Amino acid sequence: MKNKNSQGAQECPSRCPDNSAFKQQKLPAWKPKLAAPTVLSSFFTIGLFCLLMGICLILYINYSDICLNCSKLRENSSNWDKECNCTVHFTLQENMLGNVFMYYRLQNFYQNHRRYVLSRSDAQLLGQDVNVSIQNSSCEPFTTYPNGTPVAPCGAIANSMFNDSIQLFYYLNSSTAIEVPLLKSGNSWWSDKNVKFRNPTSYNLSSAFAGTTRPPYWQKPAYLLDEEDERNNGYINDDFIIWMRVSAFPTFRNLYRRLSHTNQFADGLPAGNYTFHITYNFPVTKFKGQKQVVLSTITWSGGSNLFLGIAYTVSGAVIVLAGFIITAIHLKLRKKKTYFQR
Amino acid sequence: RVRESEGKKKLSPPKHRRRRKRTRTVRSNLLLPGPEAEKPQRSPMANNRLKTTKYTALSFLPKNLFEQFHRLANVYFVFIALLNFVPAVNAFQPELALAPVLFILAVTAIKDLWEDYSRYRSDNEINHTECLVYCRNEKKYMNRYWKEVEVGDFVQLRCNEIIPADILLLSSSDPDGLCHIETANLDGETNLKQRQVVRRFLELDSEFDPLKFTSVIECEKPNNDLSRFRGYIVHTSGKRDGLYKENLLLRGCTVRNTEEVAGIVIYAGHETKALLNNSGPRYKRSKLERQMNIDVLWCVLILIVMCLFSTIGHGLWVWQYGEKKPVFDVPGLDGNYLSPVLAAVYIFLTMIIVFQVLIPISLYVSIEIVKACQVFFIHQDKDLYDEETDSQLQCRALNITEDLGQIQYIFSDKTGTLTENKMVFRRCTVSGIEYSHDANARRLAMYQEADSEEEETAAKGGTLSQRNSVSSHQSIKVVHRSLSMKSHRRTGSRAEAKRASILSKHTAFSSPMEKDITPDPNLLEKVNECARSLEVTRSHEQPLSKLTPELSDIFDFFIALTICNTVVVTSPDQPRQKVRVRFELKSPVKTIEDFIRRFTPSRLTSGSNSSSSSSLTTSKSMPRLGSSILSSVSSESTLLKLEEKLAHSPQMNNNDYRSQQDRRAIGGRPEEGELRYEAESPDEAALVYAARAYNCALVGRLSDQVSVELPHLGRLTFELLHTLGFDSIRKRMSVVVRHPLTDEISVYTKGADSVIMDLLLPCSSDDPRGNHQKKIQSKTQNYLNLYAVDGLRTLLMHECLCIFLDEYASWLKSHLEAESSVENREELLFQSALRIETNLHLLGATGVEDRLQDGVPETIANLRKAGLQIWILTGDKQETAINIAYACKLLGHDEEIITLNAESLETSAALLDHCLQYIESKFSNNTIDKTAGNTTVGFCPLSPSSSSVHSSLGLVIDGKTLAYALDKTLEDKFLSLARRCRSVLCCRSTPLQKSMVVKLIRDKLKAMTLAIANDVSMIQVADVGVGISGPEGMQAVMASDFAVPRFRHLEKLLLVHGHWCYSRLANMVLYFFYKNAMFVALLFWYQFYCGFSGSSMIDQWYLIFFNVLFSSLPQLVTGVLDKDIPAEVLIGVPHLYKSGQKMEEYQPHMFWMNMIDALYQSLVCFYIPFFTYYDSEVDLFSWGTPITVIALFTIILHLAIETKTWTLFHWSSCIFSILLFFIVALVYNVSCPICYPPSNPYWTMEKLMGEPVFYLICIISPVVALLPRFLYRTLQGTIFPTQLQLGRQLNRLPPETHSQILNRLNIKKETIPQKPPCAEHSPQNPLSNDSDCFKACNHTPSLQSSQYGNDPAFPSNTKAEHTTGLSVTASPPESLLCGGNKQMESMSVEETFPWNTTVDQSGFSLLNWITSTPLFSRFGRVLQLSPHRLQNEAQDNMCVLGSISSLHRDFKGLTGKNSNDFQEQLKGTPTNCCKSETLETTFL
Repeated sequence: MKNKNSQGAQECPSRCPDNSAFKQQKLPAWKPKLAAPTVLSSFFTIGLFCLLMGICLILYINYSDICLNCSKLRENSSNWDKECNCTVHFTLQENMLGNVFMYYRLQNFYQNHRRYVLSRSDAQLLGQDVNVSIQNSSCEPFTTYPNGTPVAPCGAIANSMFNDSIQLFYYLNSSTAIEVPLLKSGNSWWSDKNVKFRNPTSYNLSSAFAGTTRPPYWQKPAYLLDEEDERNNGYINDDFIIWMRVSAFPTFRNLYRRLSHTNQFADGLPAGNYTFHITYNFPVTKFKGQKQVVLSTITWSGGSNLFLGIAYTVSGAVIVLAGFIITAIHLKLRKKKTYFQR
Repeated sequence: RVRESEGKKKLSPPKHRRRRKRTRTVRSNLLLPGPEAEKPQRSPMANNRLKTTKYTALSFLPKNLFEQFHRLANVYFVFIALLNFVPAVNAFQPELALAPVLFILAVTAIKDLWEDYSRYRSDNEINHTECLVYCRNEKKYMNRYWKEVEVGDFVQLRCNEIIPADILLLSSSDPDGLCHIETANLDGETNLKQRQVVRRFLELDSEFDPLKFTSVIECEKPNNDLSRFRGYIVHTSGKRDGLYKENLLLRGCTVRNTEEVAGIVIYAGHETKALLNNSGPRYKRSKLERQMNIDVLWCVLILIVMCLFSTIGHGLWVWQYGEKKPVFDVPGLDGNYLSPVLAAVYIFLTMIIVFQVLIPISLYVSIEIVKACQVFFIHQDKDLYDEETDSQLQCRALNITEDLGQIQYIFSDKTGTLTENKMVFRRCTVSGIEYSHDANARRLAMYQEADSEEEETAAKGGTLSQRNSVSSHQSIKVVHRSLSMKSHRRTGSRAEAKRASILSKHTAFSSPMEKDITPDPNLLEKVNECARSLEVTRSHEQPLSKLTPELSDIFDFFIALTICNTVVVTSPDQPRQKVRVRFELKSPVKTIEDFIRRFTPSRLTSGSNSSSSSSLTTSKSMPRLGSSILSSVSSESTLLKLEEKLAHSPQMNNNDYRSQQDRRAIGGRPEEGELRYEAESPDEAALVYAARAYNCALVGRLSDQVSVELPHLGRLTFELLHTLGFDSIRKRMSVVVRHPLTDEISVYTKGADSVIMDLLLPCSSDDPRGNHQKKIQSKTQNYLNLYAVDGLRTLLMHECLCIFLDEYASWLKSHLEAESSVENREELLFQSALRIETNLHLLGATGVEDRLQDGVPETIANLRKAGLQIWILTGDKQETAINIAYACKLLGHDEEIITLNAESLETSAALLDHCLQYIESKFSNNTIDKTAGNTTVGFCPLSPSSSSVHSSLGLVIDGKTLAYALDKTLEDKFLSLARRCRSVLCCRSTPLQKSMVVKLIRDKLKAMTLAIANDVSMIQVADVGVGISGPEGMQAVMASDFAVPRFRHLEKLLLVHGHWCYSRLANMVLYFFYKNAMFVALLFWYQFYCGFSGSSMIDQWYLIFFNVLFSSLPQLVTGVLDKDIPAEVLIGVPHLYKSGQKMEEYQPHMFWMNMIDALYQSLVCFYIPFFTYYDSEVDLFSWGTPITVIALFTIILHLAIETKTWTLFHWSSCIFSILLFFIVALVYNVSCPICYPPSNPYWTMEKLMGEPVFYLICIISPVVALLPRFLYRTLQGTIFPTQLQLGRQLNRLPPETHSQILNRLNIKKETIPQKPPCAEHSPQNPLSNDSDCFKACNHTPSLQSSQYGNDPAFPSNTKAEHTTGLSVTASPPESLLCGGNKQMESMSVEETFPWNTTVDQSGFSLLNWITSTPLFSRFGRVLQLSPHRLQNEAQDNMCVLGSISSLHRDFKGLTGKNSNDFQEQLKGTPTNCCKSETLETTFL
């Protein structure tokens, strides 16, 4: 090594390093100083911004307790083919204006369980060949029936799909009730509906699903999810798509229906008496869960609660307060210093 | 790297096996390969191909991977990645989980590959160098590549060629069979070494012919001992000749001064001594890394706790459902549910995978990258480049850069480390008369002054240009140079020096400073007189004794100076000529038998014929094992000449002389001016140059004669009969010569006074001549003591006249006998030397100064201010060592010196006890924690207990006492004593002792030690070993971690680079832990909401690449480029270095503080999105993606808060990281609708970016998360800023205020070490708390009181300073003031003289120091300045100004420029007050 060095030195006489700013570590630099005067402005700016950013009617109807008889029925999985209906009455005190969304809400349903999340086959849902796609999926053990018939759709997520049906009736007067028109489709992400989910191609849907069978917990096969609308049937059923998008928390709600703004519901839901007609299929007592129907309007921020507004307001206030404290300290210290100098 | 030597063993019959194992046999390759058996035996010997590469194309992958898996972390990560392949526990896609590990491995592999490639290229270059190798077919030397050279080849080398392999010298163009080689490449010694042709080949009359070489060489196996080579050569005749290291040309050296040499290759390639010595860079683990590893273990513990918690959580979660399995609890593959316990166990493993990020995977590779960049920047620093030697700093250990910022103890060697190892002749004493050489001293002072002048100008230029860009730096410097006459001259001299050094590039010890000695006029006069009278006497053919004793002493003194050495004379241009008139008297007689035969007429033969002939038989085989061939050769020929001389009449000498005169007239001898002296030691060169200044010039040296040019007399040629080389036991050397004028045989001896004084001719006091001698001796001894006080190295010159021929002959015989003896040869040689070196006659003494290197006192002062304890460990004698210590400011004259000299263990113990008691009694009144200091050995000496380090104590201990003190029983006492002293000086210590001292401090005090030395052992023991890449030798550099060209470079290396490296790395490591903890905690919180199932809301891609891709670049940039404090401030305020020693940047609690902060930030970053999306239809990954974004923002902004300087690189790296994440996320989210389960993130990011909530939470979360840290930093920066923060603020201010604050920081620095007592024990002083002490202007009462509030703790110190203060100022009000201070009447004093209080301690101690140090006239000049002012103005504040201005000078001119401004400000009293007030506001 040494040998090499001195040879190099003979060729060029100087080994003096370059005097470049980079090599001498003298690049121009901004050197912020974290002391009172420089940061005060940032405190006030951020604080005020947060304050400015600060400020919906939500109705929760819990029906898992009301429909107690049904929930008892559903605890036993052998009763899967028995229908159970229940009705829930409620009164809207005020008009719900604008877009009204109807959600179903589940509590303590751990959709985010690691093995549950994995248990799906995206390839199958994209309409690819059932036998191939199931092979590569992580749907086990909901892949095939013991007789070898593949499950469509496979996996635990699909198997446990929420399958209550809820209808809303509005009492025009104490005796006549009309059904509130609700939209079934258009509730899911556009990308899901049009890209990620595809029905297997065939001349009709039932033949497309031929050779497969429904998941064990389902009452009807996938091609009968929505018999009225061809474009909302099979894998591209909105309710199904939404269910397949696993939720982040054990307590969650999924969009079920939207209000169709027709007739007397053009502006939203008018105040008055309503009734939910629920076909109770989904068991929740097994996991100490609850089911609720939620009617909600949406705000501009897309959020559904006040938290963000409150957060902004509070933190804005805290920051401004901190700003004042720093100012006070700064002023006091300066005074003190002057005192010492005199 | 070194191949097993067993492999090179010659295949041999079994019976010889044992013997052959230890030797190697080399035959000429030119011999026709007779038997086939010859073939295989050569192949095992290494050829000359150099291969330092580790890998080949094939072996790279397996070998590199194998090496990487030596690192435990890599094994861990691979294990986790492999765990992912187990279906029951996998958390991520297995292939994906391998990616980061592979990435890290790949980065490291690429780094290794690149390094290996550069090695390959340099190897290739060397392998393809050409050299001349004898070719059998062509029958001449042919050009061949180095790599083709094999053992047994004959290589011819020309002048200035580099030697390709270890070659046995067989022929030389030099008539004496000599060859000079320069070993600078090997050991760094720039002087030339003589090598000798193998004896029998020297006597060949014809030209050496490789084809006729039939001898077989037996030598030892390849080894790394540069100073040893043993073997013998067996000729066809069966005769054997010994081979020694003098016969071996080493690879890597350069042939000098010899036209042509040839030899046979003995060792080639990796078996050469040069390559066996090169061990490559070393691996050390730094303190920071050790600390970091502890925290990594904490992380592992945290990880396990988190996993266990999750495991229990999951078990409980499963258990609560009982037999009713919920639909979301997916059964196993077989359709059965797991039991809670088994599920929990599986979850544990899954969790380890999920949380693996907590152990920072990229930490190690990042640290390596950062360190590599740091090393690059240190290499590139212009300030660490030495233009005279054209060398720069070398970092040989790549991974302990940050240790440089934490050093607590510096152990320094003296010679060559503190001093230049340039010996300069200073003064001499001849026959008891001292010649002071005042002019010479002035000349040297001029160099010194000019040195400092230039330094100052350079520094001034530096300060000026601080505002300006870098480019203007140079121009300002130039302006300054042209303005100042002194510096102008200096630049001239430096340029001259450079030119000279280029001219005589290969000549050691020949700077103009060493060469141009100004003679003392008195002595010169006497020399001339002496020469004149000699000329007269000679022309009248009168005996020499006509001279007066004094004059003859002077004459002999100069002869001794000139010839009593081993200096080689060369001329720069041509090598020594082959065709040269040889000594006419050369006789054809070859053997000693001839000599004896011819000797018959002499007295010698009578009686001792038999004995002499018996000695002859032994002397035949004499050189076989001898090491000093040179002397023996010369002795043999000497005998011949001796005999010749006997036959001639004395007049012959004159003829001889005349013939030489003639020869000179004709001859092509170079002129005196062109002569260069190459010496083995710098002392010798210095003395020869000194003699030349008196016109006594050494003009030629052969193995058997020395020519001297004398004034008036012309050239004299001394027959060199014998040289007794210098060794460290005898501490002297002698030459035996025949004097050409008197034709007597004389012995000239020079040596250390301690050994030589005993050898003097015993003289009776009644004899008047003896009496005179005695007087001379005592006088000389006096002067010697004086020299020692001045820190000069002393050498005595002696002559032993009138050795009679018979005495000499008998001595020679016994000496030859001694040389040829096999057993205890050293002993016999010693005895033999002792016999001839007796009854010496004292000629005189010389004082040679080993000059301190430039800037050593300033460096030591600054390093000491930085809180470093500096110990000097030297082999020099006590007086010299103490004086050097004074000269380099290690000891102050105000210091009390404790000297420990003991003869036995008991006395040392008693002495130590006594000293400890003494210190305790002395300081017990005021020392607060003396008991703490006494009992807690192993306590960090720089933590608060450091107040027990008394600034007024110095400890001097000699080698003998040190040996006792290092005894197990006494080492604790010794340590507690040494720790209380400000400086420790160990003299007369052996290298082993030095390393033991370092080890003791390192192990017992757990302190970081740095050794800067030439001793390999010391360097290796210390935490950081620094070598000086000077003329002393490369051995130390090879063993060192860093090699600096000069001692003064240590200052910038430690204070600036050390601090930067430490602070950068410490911050980066802490940030790493924070970052990973914060990220993993997000996942952990989520487990509470997913039934501890190991689910993660963050897409696995983000999770896996977060560390490696998205957040890695900014921290790397910060780790490489962040400068917490600018270099000028770090140098100007060395005190800031203490932060590193105290580990302020990375203390154990900081890890936990960072963890808590990470916990808080992760809670914010988790719960703000949680509550925002609570009870909404958000799906798992559209909720997790914003969290990732928030985490990224928070992490980068966190780094932004911690970043101190923002260059373009910082900005771009942060922006790049964020952009990279968004681009990757957007592309990834549209790439494939069905890929990447389970997240299947199709369109997620796109959808999110269309929603305002996303932006809203992305803004508020980082703000809330970082608010506490930001607030803390702000408040801390405002209310109680650390030293570092203050230092940072310095360069933000305009230059005028800048310098003032700097000044204040310096003053603060003085008070700092004493602050703890001040705060705790002087309650009468309410104003003295941290910030006040600092903030107070140096002329405000608060400082005054706080400063003097410390005084009771150090009464003696202050007293000493004040008394000197009195003596210097000698003005009544001043003395009043000082008295007042002592009694702490601060208020009243302040009322009387509001300005006087500015007198700070450092100012006085500096003045004080100046007055008492005679060596440093540069500071003396500063001193002249202040009293001068005093006399003129006679005003107190002017005195203050004087001291301040001198203080300014002390600080390397950093503030120098502004001192005038400052003075003016001080004069303008009221305005200044206001000014400083405004200044304070800006300062806040």
